[in-house]
Formats: sequence, structure tokens, C-alpha cells
Amino acid sequence: MKILAYLETLDGALKKTAFETITAALTLAKQSGGSVVGLVIGSADTTQAGVYGLADCLVAKHALLEKQSTSAFAETIAQAAKAENADVVILPASSTGKEIAPRLAVKLEAGLAPDTVALDASGGNLVATRPVFAGKARLNVKITTAKKVATIRPNVFTAKKADAAATVTNRDFAPTLADNHVKATVTSVSRNTGKLDVAEADIIVSGGRGLKGPENFHLVESLAGTLGAAVGASRAVVDAGWRPHGEQVGQTGKTVSPTLYIAAGISGAIQHLAGMSSSKVIVAINKDKDAPIFQIADYGIVGDAFEVLPKLTEKVKSVVHR
Amino acid sequence: MNILVGLSQVPDTTTKIVIGADNKAIDAKGVKYIMNPYDEFALEEALRLKEKNGGTVTAVTVGGDTAKEVLRTALALQVDKAIFIKADSADSFVIASNLAAVAQESKPDVILFGRQSIDYDSFQVAPMVAELLDMPSVTMTSKLEISGTSLTAERDIEGGKETVSASLPAVISAQKGLNEPRYPKLPDIMKAKSKPIEERAASATSARTEIVSMELPAAKGKGKIFSDSDGDISELVKLLHEEAKVI
Repeated sequence: MKILAYLETLDGALKKTAFETITAALTLAKQSGGSVVGLVIGSADTTQAGVYGLADCLVAKHALLEKQSTSAFAETIAQAAKAENADVVILPASSTGKEIAPRLAVKLEAGLAPDTVALDASGGNLVATRPVFAGKARLNVKITTAKKVATIRPNVFTAKKADAAATVTNRDFAPTLADNHVKATVTSVSRNTGKLDVAEADIIVSGGRGLKGPENFHLVESLAGTLGAAVGASRAVVDAGWRPHGEQVGQTGKTVSPTLYIAAGISGAIQHLAGMSSSKVIVAINKDKDAPIFQIADYGIVGDAFEVLPKLTEKVKSVVHR
Repeated sequence: MNILVGLSQVPDTTTKIVIGADNKAIDAKGVKYIMNPYDEFALEEALRLKEKNGGTVTAVTVGGDTAKEVLRTALALQVDKAIFIKADSADSFVIASNLAAVAQESKPDVILFGRQSIDYDSFQVAPMVAELLDMPSVTMTSKLEISGTSLTAERDIEGGKETVSASLPAVISAQKGLNEPRYPKLPDIMKAKSKPIEERAASATSARTEIVSMELPAAKGKGKIFSDSDGDISELVKLLHEEAKVI
């Protein structure tokens, strides 16, 4: 299979998801006996892609692409996929990738497997595994069309460095775009400065009703700060207005897969568990030893989050040096 | 303003998932179904747009027989028209094609969806419908302002927000925070029972994906449990550092 890997950039540099996309694409190419071509939109330094084994990369440039319109991005990727005769296009399941992929799939008359956690091309088909019901179940889906599109969940396909770094050859790609390809345009971006987002973080410290009030979340923030982690929250505390929607982890919030998830004062309602159970290591702190959160925890502390969090923060400080 | 809102029916968030006998879907026995929570924000926004600008709200559902219930809820909340398309498919392209067909006929100015249905979590339908109709789309919308034929929307992105502008007609998918959905009143629920729901045959679109199997995630082994003593917490931190190697 010929695979096109769409590599996301931010401020001229490849994002972490780009390296994960390269790893996923190279794995598929190896299974199916094919090759991978990367695609970046706009100016970016692609040198780092070589570290992860990518040797061939298209660089798409067009004045209309500067408007950051996902519809124009989708058209560009579709044209690149056709020009390269790609069988499969892999994108990250990021906020942008999730807007681009459905449009791209329609343009290529391709089946789309969204937000996948595993891809398998060994049997000649493309079978994708993806969590459904926010992770309460997994679906194995076969794409039945000739052309295929898949998005990969961030933080799941661990980027692997190549044994020997490749030298990236950049090839200019000039898509044919018209004003009509630019539909919705991004006029401004505001970033939560100094705050990590749960969707992207390697470590998350989440707080729940066990913290008893919004004024106590500094205990969660303090541990998160020590670990370089993002702050998460249960639905109960978001609904109560203690924390913003953006921090909610669970079936009606964000689904996350960090390396380490620490749940403090969260009992583990099924809809919360659904959103974080695919975390690699789970630590639960709860004073109720029968709380459901302990059933999926790798490590648990039975105790009051008030007392445990400050102690934990102190002990963590002695092993991490940030 | 002519508004179309797509609604889907999903298992309640407290549902414990049991895989069905065919290993391809959940066992529906004993499952309580609700309107997809994100669709509540889409429906509320549709009603508010109508209240502000006049016009009509049409609710459309593509799904199995029981999914019609969400249209009853929409009728109780005073949507003007309800359309039901029976197509029990998990393939997003099939669903998007059926929805686009309704839109092609009713020519809405705004099409609203929830950001994703919380069953198959695909996040595909809104941009697919937009692409099929050659319209702009904004997903994960937490704020929407429409003036004349132009819209400004705020959408959630990783670590922040993006402000997006586009022209109508457009497809919008709603994120939590867009509004505070209202509840239907009991007399309206009663009245909605006798309101008409227009049923349409599904289009002959072929699915582009096929479910091979559905499975439960691998069960975790029992974790290590500690007390809140200083010694235990030290031991846990040591394990996280040396055994799990995550800090």
C-alpha cells in the first residue's frame, strides 16, 4: 500500500502527532509491503521527520492555505493523495484532523476509520480498531473501499525513532485551489497560556467531588504543576461550576490516554471511567475503598484526597526535578 | 431562517455495555436510550435561532425504529417538523448521505448537529454532510453568533479556542457550553405524542466500512492498594518512578 501521512505543524515545527502519524504509516507500509510519503501544509522544518524514518515529504504551498481553512486543507490532501496514487491517508485525530478527514473521505470516495488505536494491513485489507461508547467497547472495522482514510488517536501510537535516521527529501506540491475551497476561515486563536490541555498531556491529575469545593483544587494544581501535568475534572465538578468544561474527562467530556492518570477524590462513575480507562497507568486516591475507580487503578491510595495530595506532591518533588 | 437539526439516539451514559450475540453490536436488552447529549445543545441552539430570527426548525433522525423517540422530544420542544429515516446503519457515510438528501430538499440556512454521538463516537457526520452539500462547517462550537448571512463561531481546540468565520448556509456541530438546553413541559410532551412524524425511505447509499467485531476492552489485573501513611505514599512514588517509570 502507498500511504500518505499528513503531518501537522505548529509555528513552523512538526507537532508530536506528526511523529506518531509517521510511525503508524511506516508500520502499515511494512505490513503491506508499501511506502510512505509525508505531507506538510505551509512552511515547516521537516528534518525531525527523518529521525522517525520518513525520507520523502511533500510540502504544499498556496496563498489560500494561509487562511487555515480545513476545507482547503482537505482539498489539498485529496489532490496530493491522487497525485501520489496513495491507497491510504493517515491523519491525527486532532481538532483539525477530525474536521479534515470526513471531507477528505468524501472527496476520495473512501471509507473512513476515525480515532483509531490500532491499524492492521497484514491481511491485505485495512482493519482499524477504535474505541466506541467512549472506550467501554472496541470496534474492529474493515474499510471496504479502494481508497482508505484513517485518523489516529493522539498519544496511542508511540512515535518510534528509526534505527538509522533518514534524510528527508522535500518535494514542493502546488495544489490547484479556488476561493470556493476556502469555506470557514480561522480568524484568531487563543491559547490557554501556561495551561496544558488534557487531550494532549502525558500526565493528567484530575479532581472530583471528593475535593469538596472549587477552593481546594489548588491541591490538584500543585501536584499537576510538580509533574508538568494537565488538570482534569470529573463531570460532577464541571456541572457544579467548579471547573471549566475544557477540563472534563469522560464520555461527555474528553477521552484521554495519557501515560499517567491520577484521579483524586473521583469515585469513578461509569461515564468518567469510559473517558480515561485507556490511560497507561492509573493511580486512584479515594477514601472509599470500594469506589469503582479502584477496579481499574494500577495503584490506589485509600485516603482523603485533602491529606494525600499534599503528601504525594512533596514525595513526588523528591524524585522529579523540574 | 430555515434550520435543520440532526438528532440521534444513544444508550444512556450510565449503561454497562454488554456485547450482543453477533459480536458486532451491543446487546440492547435492558438498555435505556436517550437523546445524544451533544444533540441537546444543537437542538437548543436551533430553537434559539428561530426565536431570534423567525423561520422554522426541522428535526431529522436517521436510525432504527426506537430512535423515533428523540423526535417526540424535539416535537415537545416545539420544532415545526420531524422527519424520520429508517436506516439502522453504523456507517457514517450512509447516515451523512441520508441527512444531506433531506438538506438538499429543504435548503436550510443552518444545519446543526452534536459534536459527536456518544455511541460510535465517530465525529464524522457534520463535516461529511458539509462536504456533500459544499458548505462550510465548524465543529466543536462553544459559541455561535449569526448576523445576516455571516457567522462567527468559537471552537475548542487543543489547549485553547479558535475563532472561525464563515457564510451561511453552514453546518455547525455543538460542543458542551454552547448553551443551556431547556426541558420539555409535561403538557407539551403529551401533545407531541399525536404530532405527525414524516417517515422517509433511506437512500440506496452503500456502506464504506464494515464492522468485523465488537469487543470489551481487556480487563485490568487487580492494582496495588496503599494506605495514606507517609511510608505507603513514599512506596507508591518509588514504584511510579522505578517500576512503572511514568514519573
